[in-house]
Amino acid sequence: MHFFNYRLVIFLLVTVFGIVFSIPSFLQTDEGKKISLGLDLQGGLHMLLGVQTQKAVEGKIKSVAATVKYFSDKEAILVEDLRIEPDYLSFILLDSDEEIKLDEMLAEIQGLDINKSEDLVYTIGLTPVEVEIVKDMAVGQAVETIRNRLDQFGLAEPSVARQGKSDIVVELPGIKTPQEEQHARELIAKPANLELMEVDELKSDQVYDLTKDQAQELGDIILEETGNPQVKYLVKQIPILTGSEVVDAKVAFDQQTNQPIINFTLSSFGAKVFGDFTAKSVGKRLAVVLDGKVFSAPSIRERIGGGSGQISGNFTVNEAGNVAIALRSGALPAPVIMLEKRSVGPSLGADSIQASMLALICGFILVIIFMIVYYGMAGIVANVALITNIFIIVAIMAMFGATLTLPGMAGIVLTVGMAVDANVIISERIRELLKEGKSVHKAIEDGYKNAMSAILDANITTLLVAVILYAYGTGPVKGFAITISIGILASMITAILGTHGIYEVLMPKIARDKNLRKWFGVK
Amino acid sequence: MVWGKIMEIFKSDKTYNFMGRRLPFLGFSAILVIASFVLLFTKGLNLGIDFSGGTLIQVQYTKAAPINDIRELLSKNGAFEKAVVTKFGSDEEIIIKIPTSSTSLGKDIGDEVRETLKPTGNYDIRRVDMVGPKVGNALQEKGIMALSLALVMILIYVSFRFEWRFAIASILALIHDISIALGAIVLFNVDVNLDILAAILTILGYSLNDTIIVFDRIRESVNTSKENHLDAVVNESVSKTLSRTTLTSLTTFFVVLTLYLFGGEIINGFSFTLLVGIIVGTYSSIFIAASFLVQLNFSIENYRNAEAEKEKRQKEKDRIRAQFEQGMV
Repeated sequence: MHFFNYRLVIFLLVTVFGIVFSIPSFLQTDEGKKISLGLDLQGGLHMLLGVQTQKAVEGKIKSVAATVKYFSDKEAILVEDLRIEPDYLSFILLDSDEEIKLDEMLAEIQGLDINKSEDLVYTIGLTPVEVEIVKDMAVGQAVETIRNRLDQFGLAEPSVARQGKSDIVVELPGIKTPQEEQHARELIAKPANLELMEVDELKSDQVYDLTKDQAQELGDIILEETGNPQVKYLVKQIPILTGSEVVDAKVAFDQQTNQPIINFTLSSFGAKVFGDFTAKSVGKRLAVVLDGKVFSAPSIRERIGGGSGQISGNFTVNEAGNVAIALRSGALPAPVIMLEKRSVGPSLGADSIQASMLALICGFILVIIFMIVYYGMAGIVANVALITNIFIIVAIMAMFGATLTLPGMAGIVLTVGMAVDANVIISERIRELLKEGKSVHKAIEDGYKNAMSAILDANITTLLVAVILYAYGTGPVKGFAITISIGILASMITAILGTHGIYEVLMPKIARDKNLRKWFGVK
Repeated sequence: MVWGKIMEIFKSDKTYNFMGRRLPFLGFSAILVIASFVLLFTKGLNLGIDFSGGTLIQVQYTKAAPINDIRELLSKNGAFEKAVVTKFGSDEEIIIKIPTSSTSLGKDIGDEVRETLKPTGNYDIRRVDMVGPKVGNALQEKGIMALSLALVMILIYVSFRFEWRFAIASILALIHDISIALGAIVLFNVDVNLDILAAILTILGYSLNDTIIVFDRIRESVNTSKENHLDAVVNESVSKTLSRTTLTSLTTFFVVLTLYLFGGEIINGFSFTLLVGIIVGTYSSIFIAASFLVQLNFSIENYRNAEAEKEKRQKEKDRIRAQFEQGMV
């Protein structure tokens, strides 16, 4: 008795594999890989964000300008008319003796495109290669920054991934309420650009008379006070320090007013720059600027060493927390905008699961009954293959850590309908041959042989379409394509190999029985 | 048993004369396809936010949704002037569609709508989808690309496995199926989103699947049977695969029907499209696809001449034919 033929052995192995690896998903055990539910099924927030990379280039220009200013102040090089335009900066070097020193310093900064005129007017932009690098890094850094912020926000399993050249996909399964969602969005969007800027004390009185352009002529910019736009400050265009030198930020409470404030600590380089500046600027005011708004502008009474400072303003505790998180995790190198948002409430997700499970179970039972009624025992054999097929789909999806989305569920439901197709084709062939009077053995063997080309061609074309769906689809459509593809591949093993193996074992019995109506539904 | 008698219909070995009646069927299909095209070009597809951009908000009230109040409140806010409010599945649930989207991460359209609706009672915002115009356009391009690429790949594969006439016939059948499915989508005002694209592509795969099974049988009959009359070969092949075609269509139809009935409102458009596709796809595999093949391939006159030739040089023909078909398979 040859009970174990190679087809049956493969089928049994695959079945065991399917059952073992789908257990964690079905029982939702803690251990083992399991299918995770997509945001449309468990609720959550999906966003496609666009990084405005051009702003990062502007930021880079600004930081080069700050470096030029710091260096020229330190080395007492006379530089005049230092100004920043969106994609270049310019200044005039007054003392030609310092030209070499300055050029050496500039040579250390990579990617600069430096033009010098006869009378030492410097125009400095970025090389095209550098522009690309800056843009690319901006997106990478934005991903890191957003991830850091979300991690500190304390949400379960946030996922932040880059997509394409300048887009970022953010997925937050833990979001339950619209309030939570808005909070998370604000946290992500906060640029958190901290700038410590020098108030232009000489022209400060004119601030309310100057236009934006006039201020720029003076090398200054006009900034409003946060929460109080009537109050304006005239500050030097080039910041003393930027948020990139902040290493830590914490929420604290002002001892007099009991208002939340943010204490920040600077890096050692930042501390040195800050110390140098405060030492020579006693009596002047220092504007603490966050995202283009002045939070406070205290007068400097003495040199501030140690490299720490504080931001006070009319924060709520929540806001202060957000700012602190944003400062700690670094500034967004460029603003991000929303390109696409999909947010699903947890109750809708639960409804969708319930509805699609119901459809899956009903459809499944219908197909199973239909097959048994129509084919008799052959229907049962096909059903065994069908059930195994479901296990395998779940197991493979679990192994690859795939997420199950609503269209994915639809894919599985559809697979149930289509997976029996191979067995229908085979059984029809077997019946034809039996009617022609062939022996059971010959009918089964030839039935499989005759059906093969049809099954292969039909499945390969469907698979082609699924692959295209996967390649050109986004999120949900991809999920559908994956389940369909896995279903087709699995049905090749279960419906062709598996059932053939089972028939080989049953063959002697069928031949003895001679009741073809019972076995194949034919008289 | 009644069931048993229904079953017997599938089990009968009768060969139906499909090709003899192909002109009425082709005519019927032509009417459907033309009607679909008229619908497509006059009324047009109702593009959903995935492709046109915009915002969709699904709101569930604890009691019947006060649709009129909601419309009035929304129309007061200039930004929501073009908002469309419709019931969604039940009296409690509504969908608000706004043709614009916002790019700000801070306060977005969803938040604004939530605030605007505050006076209308107790509700839960269950879903907010917002697609920017850039994304919508990209998705539209991708969708058209996917559809065209799928057709080209099928053309190549079927030409390679069968012959070019089979490929043309199957593509024509697919265009037939998809046009009619699109016509139904327009007729029933289904919102065309990504899921509908997925459904259309599934129909493509499914209907092709059906057609291929029939063509495979024709190919086999041409190779093996002594019957030389193409109409007869086609009739026999379609009849022999008839039970399989109907059976598989029925099982798939059952499950999609349950999906349509129980799958919930969100997946309704998707399952509706599939239902139409399965019916049309099955119909075209039985009545249309092979007709195209006959229509493309043979005129009766040519066939008779060829037959006379065949009889004259039977042996030689057999040899050449064997060679030719070896090259084909």
